[in-house]
Amino acid sequence: MTEPSSGTRARAPLRHAVRQYLPATMAFAALLGLWEAYARLSGIAPMTLPPPSQVLLSGWRNREGLWDNILPTLRATLFGFAFSLVTAFVLSVLVDFFQPLRRALFPLFIVSQTLPLVAIAPLIVLWFGFGLLPKILLVALVTFFPMLVALTEGYRSVPEEIEALLASMGAGKAKLFLLARLPSALPYFFAGLRISITYAVVGAIFAEYAGAAKGLGIYILNAKNNFRADLVLAAVVASAVLTLVLFGATLVIQRLAMPWARTGEGNRP
Amino acid sequence: MTPPRLQLSGVSCGYDRLAVLDDLSLTVNPGEFVSILGPSGAGKSTLFRMLTGALQPQSGTIFFDGAPLSQTARPFAFMPQRDALMPWRRIIDNATLGLEVQGMSRQAARSKVRPLFAEFGLAGFEEHYPAALSGGMRQRAALLRTVVQERPMLLLDEPFGALDALTRSRMQIWLSEMWRRHRWTVLLVTHDVREAVLLSDRIHLLSPRPARVIRDIDIDLPRPRFDGATVATAAALETDILKTLFQTEETF
Ligand SMILES: Nc1ncnc2c1ncn2[C@@H]1O[C@H](COP(=O)(O)OP(=O)(O)OP(=O)(O)O)[C@@H](O)[C@H]1O
Ligand SMILES: [Mg+2]
Repeated sequence: MTEPSSGTRARAPLRHAVRQYLPATMAFAALLGLWEAYARLSGIAPMTLPPPSQVLLSGWRNREGLWDNILPTLRATLFGFAFSLVTAFVLSVLVDFFQPLRRALFPLFIVSQTLPLVAIAPLIVLWFGFGLLPKILLVALVTFFPMLVALTEGYRSVPEEIEALLASMGAGKAKLFLLARLPSALPYFFAGLRISITYAVVGAIFAEYAGAAKGLGIYILNAKNNFRADLVLAAVVASAVLTLVLFGATLVIQRLAMPWARTGEGNRP
Repeated sequence: MTPPRLQLSGVSCGYDRLAVLDDLSLTVNPGEFVSILGPSGAGKSTLFRMLTGALQPQSGTIFFDGAPLSQTARPFAFMPQRDALMPWRRIIDNATLGLEVQGMSRQAARSKVRPLFAEFGLAGFEEHYPAALSGGMRQRAALLRTVVQERPMLLLDEPFGALDALTRSRMQIWLSEMWRRHRWTVLLVTHDVREAVLLSDRIHLLSPRPARVIRDIDIDLPRPRFDGATVATAAALETDILKTLFQTEETF
Protein backbone atom coordinates (compact mmCIF):
# COMPACT_ATOMS: atom_id res chain seq x y z
CA MET A 1 0.00 0.00 0.00
CA THR A 2 1.40 3.37 -0.92
CA GLU A 3 1.82 5.91 1.80
CA PRO A 4 0.08 9.20 1.18
CA SER A 5 2.31 11.88 -0.20
CA SER A 6 3.45 14.30 2.45
CA GLY A 7 4.20 17.85 1.42
CA THR A 8 7.88 18.60 1.06
CA ARG A 9 7.16 22.27 0.81
CA ALA A 10 6.80 22.74 4.53
CA ARG A 11 10.32 21.45 5.23
CA ALA A 12 12.45 24.50 4.50
CA PRO A 13 10.12 27.46 4.82
CA LEU A 14 12.88 30.07 4.92
CA ARG A 15 14.72 28.82 1.86
CA HIS A 16 11.43 28.49 0.06
CA ALA A 17 10.41 32.02 0.98
CA VAL A 18 13.73 33.43 -0.20
CA ARG A 19 13.54 31.62 -3.53
CA GLN A 20 9.93 32.68 -3.92
CA TYR A 21 10.23 36.35 -3.14
CA LEU A 22 13.85 37.30 -3.82
CA PRO A 23 13.48 37.96 -7.57
CA ALA A 24 10.46 40.22 -7.10
CA THR A 25 12.16 42.11 -4.27
CA MET A 26 15.26 42.66 -6.37
CA ALA A 27 13.31 43.84 -9.40
CA PHE A 28 11.37 46.21 -7.20
CA ALA A 29 14.52 47.56 -5.55
CA ALA A 30 16.20 48.02 -8.93
CA LEU A 31 13.25 50.01 -10.22
CA LEU A 32 13.25 52.27 -7.16
CA GLY A 33 17.00 52.72 -7.47
CA LEU A 34 16.72 53.80 -11.11
CA TRP A 35 13.94 56.19 -10.28
CA GLU A 36 15.90 57.69 -7.38
CA ALA A 37 19.00 58.10 -9.54
CA TYR A 38 17.06 59.64 -12.43
CA ALA A 39 15.16 62.09 -10.22
CA ARG A 40 18.36 63.24 -8.52
CA LEU A 41 20.81 63.28 -11.42
CA SER A 42 18.74 64.37 -14.44
CA GLY A 43 17.95 67.79 -13.01
CA ILE A 44 14.21 67.25 -13.27
CA ALA A 45 12.23 69.43 -10.85
CA PRO A 46 11.18 67.55 -7.66
CA MET A 47 7.74 69.09 -8.14
CA THR A 48 7.42 67.14 -11.37
CA LEU A 49 9.11 63.90 -10.35
CA PRO A 50 10.14 63.59 -6.71
CA PRO A 51 12.58 60.78 -5.91
CA PRO A 52 11.07 57.83 -4.00
CA SER A 53 12.97 58.78 -0.83
CA GLN A 54 11.19 62.13 -0.80
CA VAL A 55 7.83 60.47 -1.46
CA LEU A 56 8.32 58.26 1.57
CA LEU A 57 9.52 61.16 3.69
CA SER A 58 6.55 63.36 2.73
CA GLY A 59 4.24 60.45 3.31
CA TRP A 60 5.70 59.93 6.77
CA ARG A 61 5.41 63.62 7.64
CA ASN A 62 1.79 63.64 6.54
CA ARG A 63 0.99 60.24 7.99
CA GLU A 64 -1.93 61.50 10.05
CA GLY A 65 -3.62 63.10 7.09
CA LEU A 66 -3.00 59.98 5.00
CA TRP A 67 -4.34 57.67 7.68
CA ASP A 68 -7.42 59.88 8.05
CA ASN A 69 -8.09 59.38 4.36
CA ILE A 70 -7.20 55.71 4.12
CA LEU A 71 -9.94 54.68 6.53
CA PRO A 72 -12.86 56.10 4.49
CA THR A 73 -11.45 54.43 1.37
CA LEU A 74 -11.12 51.15 3.22
CA ARG A 75 -14.68 51.48 4.48
CA ALA A 76 -16.04 52.24 1.01
CA THR A 77 -14.08 49.33 -0.43
CA LEU A 78 -15.26 46.82 2.14
CA PHE A 79 -18.91 47.88 2.18
CA GLY A 80 -19.03 48.08 -1.60
CA PHE A 81 -17.33 44.76 -1.97
CA ALA A 82 -19.56 43.07 0.59
CA PHE A 83 -22.63 44.41 -1.18
CA SER A 84 -21.25 43.22 -4.48
CA LEU A 85 -20.49 39.73 -3.12
CA VAL A 86 -23.92 39.25 -1.62
CA THR A 87 -25.62 40.42 -4.81
CA ALA A 88 -23.37 38.28 -7.01
CA PHE A 89 -23.96 35.21 -4.87
CA VAL A 90 -27.74 35.57 -4.75
CA LEU A 91 -27.90 36.20 -8.49
CA SER A 92 -25.54 33.33 -9.25
CA VAL A 93 -27.84 30.94 -7.39
CA LEU A 94 -30.94 32.29 -9.13
CA VAL A 95 -29.27 32.09 -12.51
CA ASP A 96 -28.06 28.55 -11.79
CA PHE A 97 -31.58 27.37 -11.02
CA PHE A 98 -33.36 29.36 -13.74
CA GLN A 99 -31.23 29.37 -16.85
CA PRO A 100 -33.57 31.74 -18.79
CA LEU A 101 -32.71 34.40 -16.23
CA ARG A 102 -29.12 34.08 -17.31
CA ARG A 103 -30.00 34.80 -20.91
CA ALA A 104 -32.11 37.74 -19.81
CA LEU A 105 -29.62 39.38 -17.47
CA PHE A 106 -26.12 38.64 -18.70
CA PRO A 107 -26.23 40.90 -21.77
CA LEU A 108 -27.30 43.71 -19.45
CA PHE A 109 -24.39 43.05 -17.10
CA ILE A 110 -21.92 42.87 -19.94
CA VAL A 111 -23.07 46.30 -21.15
CA SER A 112 -22.67 47.60 -17.60
CA GLN A 113 -19.03 46.56 -17.75
CA THR A 114 -18.40 48.62 -20.86
CA LEU A 115 -19.40 51.92 -19.23
CA PRO A 116 -16.41 54.23 -18.82
CA LEU A 117 -15.79 54.93 -15.13
CA VAL A 118 -14.77 58.54 -15.80
CA ALA A 119 -18.28 59.23 -17.06
CA ILE A 120 -20.17 57.08 -14.58
CA ALA A 121 -18.42 58.14 -11.38
CA PRO A 122 -19.42 61.84 -11.53
CA LEU A 123 -22.97 60.88 -12.52
CA ILE A 124 -23.38 58.52 -9.59
CA VAL A 125 -22.05 61.21 -7.26
CA LEU A 126 -24.49 63.66 -8.85
CA TRP A 127 -27.40 61.30 -8.24
CA PHE A 128 -26.48 59.92 -4.83
CA GLY A 129 -24.49 62.69 -3.19
CA PHE A 130 -21.16 62.74 -1.41
CA GLY A 131 -21.86 60.05 1.18
CA LEU A 132 -21.00 56.39 1.32
CA LEU A 133 -23.74 55.18 -1.01
CA PRO A 134 -22.28 56.31 -4.37
CA LYS A 135 -18.94 54.73 -3.41
CA ILE A 136 -20.61 51.45 -2.54
CA LEU A 137 -22.45 51.50 -5.85
CA LEU A 138 -19.36 52.24 -7.87
CA VAL A 139 -17.29 49.55 -6.16
CA ALA A 140 -20.13 47.11 -6.73
CA LEU A 141 -20.37 48.13 -10.38
CA VAL A 142 -16.76 47.25 -11.09
CA THR A 143 -16.58 44.06 -8.99
CA PHE A 144 -20.01 42.51 -9.23
CA PHE A 145 -19.87 41.03 -12.70
CA PRO A 146 -16.44 39.38 -12.39
CA MET A 147 -17.66 37.72 -9.19
CA LEU A 148 -20.88 36.59 -10.83
CA VAL A 149 -18.98 35.09 -13.75
CA ALA A 150 -16.51 33.37 -11.42
CA LEU A 151 -19.34 31.79 -9.43
CA THR A 152 -21.40 30.62 -12.39
CA GLU A 153 -18.31 29.21 -14.11
CA GLY A 154 -17.45 27.47 -10.86
CA TYR A 155 -20.87 25.86 -10.58
CA ARG A 156 -20.45 24.43 -14.04
CA SER A 157 -17.03 22.97 -13.30
CA VAL A 158 -18.44 19.92 -11.51
CA PRO A 159 -17.13 16.81 -13.27
CA GLU A 160 -19.81 14.87 -15.10
CA GLU A 161 -19.14 11.72 -13.04
CA ILE A 162 -19.87 13.50 -9.81
CA GLU A 163 -23.20 14.75 -11.15
CA ALA A 164 -24.03 11.27 -12.43
CA LEU A 165 -23.07 9.78 -9.08
CA LEU A 166 -25.27 12.17 -7.13
CA ALA A 167 -28.14 11.63 -9.53
CA SER A 168 -27.80 7.87 -9.07
CA MET A 169 -28.04 8.41 -5.32
CA GLY A 170 -31.30 10.27 -5.79
CA ALA A 171 -30.04 13.79 -5.18
CA GLY A 172 -32.34 16.50 -6.50
CA LYS A 173 -31.36 19.90 -7.82
CA ALA A 174 -30.96 21.48 -4.40
CA LYS A 175 -28.76 18.70 -3.03
CA LEU A 176 -26.73 18.65 -6.21
CA PHE A 177 -26.13 22.35 -5.75
CA LEU A 178 -25.18 22.17 -2.09
CA LEU A 179 -23.10 19.01 -2.26
CA ALA A 180 -21.31 19.52 -5.57
CA ARG A 181 -21.83 22.76 -7.44
CA LEU A 182 -21.24 25.14 -4.55
CA PRO A 183 -18.02 23.55 -3.23
CA SER A 184 -16.72 23.15 -6.79
CA ALA A 185 -17.10 26.88 -7.25
CA LEU A 186 -14.86 27.82 -4.33
CA PRO A 187 -11.55 27.90 -6.24
CA TYR A 188 -13.22 29.98 -8.96
CA PHE A 189 -14.74 32.22 -6.33
CA PHE A 190 -11.36 32.93 -4.76
CA ALA A 191 -9.70 33.51 -8.12
CA GLY A 192 -12.42 36.07 -8.82
CA LEU A 193 -12.04 37.52 -5.36
CA ARG A 194 -8.33 38.15 -5.82
CA ILE A 195 -8.92 40.04 -9.05
CA SER A 196 -11.98 41.93 -7.85
CA ILE A 197 -10.47 43.17 -4.62
CA THR A 198 -7.89 45.11 -6.60
CA TYR A 199 -10.62 46.60 -8.79
CA ALA A 200 -12.57 47.43 -5.67
CA VAL A 201 -9.90 49.74 -4.26
CA VAL A 202 -9.51 51.46 -7.62
CA GLY A 203 -13.29 51.83 -7.84
CA ALA A 204 -13.51 53.39 -4.40
CA ILE A 205 -10.73 55.88 -5.16
CA PHE A 206 -12.40 56.78 -8.43
CA ALA A 207 -15.68 57.45 -6.67
CA GLU A 208 -13.94 59.69 -4.13
CA TYR A 209 -12.08 61.50 -6.86
CA ALA A 210 -15.43 62.39 -8.37
CA GLY A 211 -16.59 63.89 -5.11
CA ALA A 212 -16.14 63.10 -1.46
CA ALA A 213 -15.46 64.69 1.90
CA LYS A 214 -12.63 62.30 2.70
CA GLY A 215 -10.72 59.43 1.20
CA LEU A 216 -7.59 58.71 -0.79
CA GLY A 217 -9.29 59.83 -3.98
CA ILE A 218 -10.04 63.29 -2.73
CA TYR A 219 -6.63 63.44 -1.04
CA ILE A 220 -4.99 62.77 -4.39
CA LEU A 221 -7.13 65.43 -6.06
CA ASN A 222 -6.21 68.04 -3.43
CA ALA A 223 -2.51 67.16 -3.54
CA LYS A 224 -2.54 67.47 -7.32
CA ASN A 225 -4.27 70.85 -7.17
CA ASN A 226 -1.57 72.01 -4.73
CA PHE A 227 1.18 70.77 -7.07
CA ARG A 228 2.34 68.25 -4.49
CA ALA A 229 3.42 65.37 -6.71
CA ASP A 230 5.17 63.86 -3.69
CA LEU A 231 1.89 63.63 -1.78
CA VAL A 232 0.03 62.29 -4.81
CA LEU A 233 2.61 59.53 -4.99
CA ALA A 234 2.52 58.97 -1.24
CA ALA A 235 -1.23 58.43 -1.52
CA VAL A 236 -0.63 56.05 -4.39
CA VAL A 237 1.78 54.08 -2.19
CA ALA A 238 -0.85 54.03 0.55
CA SER A 239 -3.50 52.70 -1.83
CA ALA A 240 -1.06 50.07 -3.11
CA VAL A 241 -0.35 48.94 0.44
CA LEU A 242 -4.08 48.86 1.17
CA THR A 243 -4.69 46.72 -1.91
CA LEU A 244 -1.87 44.35 -1.02
CA VAL A 245 -3.21 43.92 2.51
CA LEU A 246 -6.68 43.11 1.20
CA PHE A 247 -5.18 40.76 -1.38
CA GLY A 248 -3.26 38.98 1.36
CA ALA A 249 -6.43 38.70 3.41
CA THR A 250 -8.17 36.87 0.55
CA LEU A 251 -5.29 34.39 0.46
CA VAL A 252 -5.63 33.76 4.19
CA ILE A 253 -9.39 33.32 3.91
CA GLN A 254 -8.92 30.94 1.00
CA ARG A 255 -6.53 28.79 3.00
CA LEU A 256 -9.04 28.59 5.82
CA ALA A 257 -12.02 27.94 3.55
CA MET A 258 -10.33 25.31 1.37
CA PRO A 259 -8.18 23.13 3.63
CA TRP A 260 -8.15 20.35 1.03
CA ALA A 261 -6.42 22.58 -1.52
CA ARG A 262 -3.23 22.43 0.55
CA THR A 263 -2.92 18.80 -0.50
CA GLY A 264 -2.82 19.93 -4.09
CA GLU A 265 -6.09 18.83 -5.67
CA GLY A 266 -9.12 20.83 -6.59
CA ASN A 267 -7.54 24.23 -6.14
CA ARG A 268 -7.28 25.17 -9.77
CA PRO A 269 -9.96 26.83 -11.78
CA MET B 1 -38.83 -19.49 -8.08
CA THR B 2 -37.46 -16.04 -7.33
CA PRO B 3 -37.40 -13.72 -10.31
CA PRO B 4 -34.00 -12.51 -11.56
CA ARG B 5 -32.73 -9.43 -9.81
CA LEU B 6 -32.20 -7.63 -13.09
CA GLN B 7 -33.47 -8.66 -16.47
CA LEU B 8 -33.02 -6.72 -19.70
CA SER B 9 -34.85 -7.95 -22.78
CA GLY B 10 -34.31 -6.46 -26.20
CA VAL B 11 -33.20 -3.10 -24.90
CA SER B 12 -32.07 -0.43 -27.35
CA CYS B 13 -30.76 2.96 -26.40
CA GLY B 14 -28.65 5.79 -27.78
CA TYR B 15 -27.93 9.48 -28.03
CA ASP B 16 -29.77 11.64 -30.55
CA ARG B 17 -28.88 9.86 -33.76
CA LEU B 18 -26.20 7.53 -32.41
CA ALA B 19 -27.47 4.00 -31.72
CA VAL B 20 -25.40 2.65 -28.83
CA LEU B 21 -27.20 -0.37 -27.38
CA ASP B 22 -28.98 -2.60 -29.86
CA ASP B 23 -31.38 -5.32 -28.77
CA LEU B 24 -29.47 -6.04 -25.56
CA SER B 25 -30.63 -8.86 -23.30
CA LEU B 26 -29.05 -10.00 -20.07
CA THR B 27 -29.93 -11.44 -16.69
CA VAL B 28 -28.42 -11.02 -13.23
CA ASN B 29 -29.66 -13.24 -10.39
CA PRO B 30 -29.54 -12.33 -6.70
CA GLY B 31 -26.07 -12.85 -5.25
CA GLU B 32 -24.49 -13.22 -8.67
CA PHE B 33 -21.40 -11.47 -9.95
CA VAL B 34 -21.97 -10.72 -13.62
CA SER B 35 -19.54 -8.93 -15.90
CA ILE B 36 -20.05 -7.11 -19.14
CA LEU B 37 -16.99 -7.32 -21.27
CA GLY B 38 -16.71 -5.22 -24.37
CA PRO B 39 -14.40 -3.04 -26.40
CA SER B 40 -13.90 0.62 -25.59
CA GLY B 41 -16.76 2.77 -26.83
CA ALA B 42 -19.14 -0.18 -27.11
CA GLY B 43 -21.68 1.46 -24.82
CA LYS B 44 -20.93 -0.04 -21.42
CA SER B 45 -21.14 3.25 -19.54
CA THR B 46 -24.24 4.09 -21.56
CA LEU B 47 -25.90 0.96 -20.21
CA PHE B 48 -25.25 2.15 -16.66
CA ARG B 49 -26.48 5.63 -17.51
CA MET B 50 -29.71 4.03 -18.62
CA LEU B 51 -30.02 1.88 -15.51
CA THR B 52 -29.44 4.84 -13.18
CA GLY B 53 -32.13 6.79 -14.98
CA ALA B 54 -30.05 9.40 -16.81
CA LEU B 55 -31.11 7.96 -20.19
CA GLN B 56 -34.37 6.38 -21.32
CA PRO B 57 -34.41 3.10 -23.25
CA GLN B 58 -35.87 3.45 -26.74
CA SER B 59 -37.32 -0.05 -26.77
CA GLY B 60 -37.29 -3.25 -24.77
CA THR B 61 -38.08 -3.98 -21.14
CA ILE B 62 -36.12 -3.82 -17.92
CA PHE B 63 -37.35 -5.77 -14.90
CA PHE B 64 -36.00 -5.57 -11.39
CA ASP B 65 -37.01 -8.28 -8.92
CA GLY B 66 -39.94 -9.06 -11.19
CA ALA B 67 -41.28 -5.50 -11.47
CA PRO B 68 -40.62 -2.93 -14.20
CA LEU B 69 -37.54 -0.91 -13.28
CA SER B 70 -39.44 2.35 -13.64
CA GLN B 71 -41.61 1.32 -10.68
CA THR B 72 -38.65 0.47 -8.46
CA ALA B 73 -37.14 3.11 -6.20
CA ARG B 74 -33.41 3.49 -6.94
CA PRO B 75 -32.27 -0.09 -6.54
CA PHE B 76 -28.68 0.53 -7.67
CA ALA B 77 -25.55 1.73 -5.99
CA PHE B 78 -23.41 3.09 -8.79
CA MET B 79 -19.64 3.46 -8.95
CA PRO B 80 -18.70 5.68 -11.90
CA GLN B 81 -15.81 5.03 -14.25
CA ARG B 82 -13.52 7.54 -12.59
CA ASP B 83 -13.63 7.41 -8.79
CA ALA B 84 -15.59 10.69 -8.58
CA LEU B 85 -14.36 11.34 -5.07
CA MET B 86 -15.05 14.91 -4.07
CA PRO B 87 -11.70 16.60 -3.43
CA TRP B 88 -13.25 18.91 -0.84
CA ARG B 89 -14.58 16.09 1.35
CA ARG B 90 -12.52 13.97 3.68
CA ILE B 91 -12.48 10.26 2.84
CA ILE B 92 -15.02 9.47 5.55
CA ASP B 93 -17.34 12.17 4.24
CA ASN B 94 -16.95 10.87 0.71
CA ALA B 95 -17.88 7.43 1.99
CA THR B 96 -21.02 8.76 3.67
CA LEU B 97 -22.19 10.75 0.64
CA GLY B 98 -24.92 8.33 -0.40
CA LEU B 99 -26.26 8.07 3.15
CA GLU B 100 -26.34 11.85 3.46
CA VAL B 101 -28.26 12.13 0.22
CA GLN B 102 -30.71 9.61 1.64
CA GLY B 103 -31.24 12.02 4.52
CA MET B 104 -29.14 10.46 7.25
CA SER B 105 -27.42 12.96 9.54
CA ARG B 106 -23.69 13.36 9.01
CA GLN B 107 -23.06 12.12 12.54
CA ALA B 108 -25.06 8.93 12.13
CA ALA B 109 -23.62 8.29 8.68
CA ARG B 110 -20.08 8.68 9.98
CA SER B 111 -20.53 6.23 12.80
CA LYS B 112 -22.11 3.76 10.43
CA VAL B 113 -19.25 3.94 7.95
CA ARG B 114 -16.29 4.21 10.32
CA PRO B 115 -16.16 0.50 11.30
CA LEU B 116 -15.84 -0.50 7.64
CA PHE B 117 -12.60 1.36 7.02
CA ALA B 118 -10.35 -1.47 8.21
CA GLU B 119 -11.94 -4.01 5.88
CA PHE B 120 -11.45 -1.64 2.96
CA GLY B 121 -7.79 -1.10 3.82
CA LEU B 122 -8.41 2.53 4.67
CA ALA B 123 -7.97 2.51 8.44
CA GLY B 124 -6.22 5.68 9.55
CA PHE B 125 -7.22 7.60 6.43
CA GLU B 126 -10.70 8.60 7.54
CA GLU B 127 -9.77 12.26 7.95
CA HIS B 128 -7.52 12.54 4.88
CA TYR B 129 -8.54 14.31 1.72
CA PRO B 130 -8.69 12.21 -1.48
CA ALA B 131 -5.61 13.93 -2.94
CA ALA B 132 -3.49 12.31 -0.24
CA LEU B 133 -4.47 8.77 -1.26
CA SER B 134 -2.93 6.41 -3.79
CA GLY B 135 -4.94 5.27 -6.79
CA GLY B 136 -5.80 1.91 -5.26
CA MET B 137 -6.92 3.50 -2.01
CA ARG B 138 -9.12 5.94 -3.88
CA GLN B 139 -10.83 3.08 -5.68
CA ARG B 140 -11.43 1.28 -2.40
CA ALA B 141 -12.85 4.47 -0.94
CA ALA B 142 -15.16 4.80 -3.96
CA LEU B 143 -16.25 1.18 -3.53
CA LEU B 144 -16.88 1.77 0.15
CA ARG B 145 -19.04 4.76 -0.76
CA THR B 146 -20.94 2.43 -3.11
CA VAL B 147 -21.60 -0.51 -0.79
CA VAL B 148 -22.60 1.47 2.32
CA GLN B 149 -25.69 2.62 0.46
CA GLU B 150 -26.98 -0.94 0.98
CA ARG B 151 -28.80 -1.07 -2.33
CA PRO B 152 -29.93 -4.44 -3.66
CA MET B 153 -27.45 -4.27 -6.52
CA LEU B 154 -24.04 -2.73 -7.31
CA LEU B 155 -23.12 -1.25 -10.68
CA LEU B 156 -19.35 -0.97 -11.06
CA ASP B 157 -18.05 0.83 -14.14
CA GLU B 158 -14.44 -0.21 -14.80
CA PRO B 159 -13.49 0.26 -11.16
CA PHE B 160 -9.82 -0.53 -11.77
CA GLY B 161 -9.41 0.77 -15.32
CA ALA B 162 -7.24 3.70 -14.33
CA LEU B 163 -4.83 1.78 -12.08
CA ASP B 164 -1.36 0.51 -12.90
CA ALA B 165 -1.19 -3.21 -13.71
CA LEU B 166 0.23 -4.27 -10.36
CA THR B 167 -2.24 -2.35 -8.25
CA ARG B 168 -5.04 -3.51 -10.51
CA SER B 169 -4.19 -7.20 -9.98
CA ARG B 170 -4.02 -6.64 -6.27
CA MET B 171 -7.38 -4.88 -6.26
CA GLN B 172 -9.00 -7.64 -8.32
CA ILE B 173 -7.88 -10.25 -5.81
CA TRP B 174 -9.08 -8.06 -2.98
CA LEU B 175 -12.47 -7.54 -4.60
CA SER B 176 -12.93 -11.26 -5.25
CA GLU B 177 -12.27 -11.94 -1.55
CA MET B 178 -14.66 -9.15 -0.53
CA TRP B 179 -17.35 -10.57 -2.77
CA ARG B 180 -16.89 -14.09 -1.36
CA ARG B 181 -17.59 -12.66 2.07
CA HIS B 182 -20.51 -10.35 1.22
CA ARG B 183 -22.14 -11.94 -1.82
CA TRP B 184 -23.31 -8.65 -3.24
CA THR B 185 -25.27 -8.75 -6.46
CA VAL B 186 -22.88 -7.09 -8.88
CA LEU B 187 -22.94 -5.97 -12.47
CA LEU B 188 -19.37 -5.09 -13.43
CA VAL B 189 -18.32 -3.36 -16.62
CA THR B 190 -14.79 -3.94 -17.80
CA HIS B 191 -12.59 -4.43 -20.83
CA ASP B 192 -10.08 -6.48 -18.87
CA VAL B 193 -10.59 -10.14 -19.79
CA ARG B 194 -8.58 -11.42 -16.82
CA GLU B 195 -10.61 -9.34 -14.43
CA ALA B 196 -13.87 -10.69 -15.82
CA VAL B 197 -12.74 -14.31 -15.60
CA LEU B 198 -11.30 -13.86 -12.13
CA LEU B 199 -14.40 -12.30 -10.63
CA SER B 200 -17.54 -13.38 -12.47
CA ASP B 201 -20.16 -16.09 -12.32
CA ARG B 202 -21.13 -15.11 -15.83
CA ILE B 203 -19.72 -12.89 -18.56
CA HIS B 204 -21.71 -11.17 -21.28
CA LEU B 205 -19.53 -10.37 -24.25
CA LEU B 206 -20.54 -7.22 -26.09
CA SER B 207 -19.99 -6.45 -29.75
CA PRO B 208 -18.58 -3.07 -30.78
CA ARG B 209 -21.16 -0.29 -31.09
CA PRO B 210 -24.11 -0.69 -31.51
CA ALA B 211 -23.67 -3.19 -28.75
CA ARG B 212 -25.46 -6.51 -28.48
CA VAL B 213 -24.56 -9.51 -26.37
CA ILE B 214 -22.62 -11.79 -28.68
CA ARG B 215 -21.90 -14.54 -26.21
CA ASP B 216 -22.76 -15.59 -22.66
CA ILE B 217 -20.10 -17.46 -20.75
CA ASP B 218 -20.91 -19.20 -17.48
CA ILE B 219 -17.85 -19.59 -15.33
CA ASP B 220 -18.26 -22.27 -12.72
CA LEU B 221 -14.62 -22.46 -11.72
CA PRO B 222 -14.11 -22.69 -7.96
CA ARG B 223 -12.89 -19.59 -6.18
CA PRO B 224 -10.33 -18.22 -5.49
CA ARG B 225 -9.17 -18.24 -9.06
CA PHE B 226 -5.85 -16.47 -8.72
CA ASP B 227 -3.86 -19.46 -7.48
CA GLY B 228 -4.00 -23.25 -7.31
CA ALA B 229 -5.48 -25.62 -9.84
CA THR B 230 -7.92 -23.20 -11.50
CA VAL B 231 -5.28 -20.85 -12.88
CA ALA B 232 -4.61 -22.90 -16.01
CA THR B 233 -8.32 -23.34 -16.80
CA ALA B 234 -8.91 -19.64 -16.26
CA ALA B 235 -6.05 -18.80 -18.62
CA ALA B 236 -7.49 -21.05 -21.33
CA LEU B 237 -10.85 -19.36 -20.91
CA GLU B 238 -9.24 -15.94 -21.27
CA THR B 239 -7.65 -16.94 -24.57
CA ASP B 240 -10.97 -18.26 -25.79
CA ILE B 241 -12.76 -15.02 -24.90
CA LEU B 242 -10.10 -12.89 -26.56
CA LYS B 243 -10.48 -14.93 -29.72
CA THR B 244 -14.21 -14.35 -29.78
CA LEU B 245 -13.74 -10.61 -29.25
CA PHE B 246 -11.15 -10.31 -32.02
CA GLN B 247 -13.30 -12.32 -34.44
CA THR B 248 -16.31 -10.08 -33.97
CA GLU B 249 -14.20 -6.99 -34.39
CA GLU B 250 -12.95 -8.29 -37.73
CA THR B 251 -16.45 -8.82 -39.07
CA PHE B 252 -17.32 -5.20 -38.28
N1 LIG C 1 -23.37 12.20 -23.72
C1 LIG C 1 -23.16 11.61 -24.92
N2 LIG C 1 -23.69 12.15 -26.04
C2 LIG C 1 -23.47 11.57 -27.25
N3 LIG C 1 -22.74 10.47 -27.43
C3 LIG C 1 -22.19 9.88 -26.36
C4 LIG C 1 -22.36 10.42 -25.04
N4 LIG C 1 -21.70 9.65 -24.17
C5 LIG C 1 -21.14 8.66 -24.90
N5 LIG C 1 -21.44 8.79 -26.21
C6 LIG C 1 -21.02 7.90 -27.28
O1 LIG C 1 -21.61 6.64 -27.06
C7 LIG C 1 -20.70 5.60 -27.35
C8 LIG C 1 -20.58 4.68 -26.16
O2 LIG C 1 -20.03 5.37 -25.07
P1 LIG C 1 -19.78 4.69 -23.67
O3 LIG C 1 -19.23 5.73 -22.76
O4 LIG C 1 -21.02 3.99 -23.25
O5 LIG C 1 -18.65 3.63 -24.03
P2 LIG C 1 -17.92 2.59 -23.08
O6 LIG C 1 -18.25 1.24 -23.59
O7 LIG C 1 -18.22 2.87 -21.66
O8 LIG C 1 -16.39 2.91 -23.40
P3 LIG C 1 -15.13 2.87 -22.43
O9 LIG C 1 -14.77 1.44 -22.25
O10 LIG C 1 -14.09 3.62 -23.19
O11 LIG C 1 -15.53 3.54 -21.16
C9 LIG C 1 -19.38 6.27 -27.72
O12 LIG C 1 -19.26 6.22 -29.11
C10 LIG C 1 -19.53 7.67 -27.26
O13 LIG C 1 -18.88 8.55 -28.16
MG1 LIG D 1 -17.18 3.61 -20.09
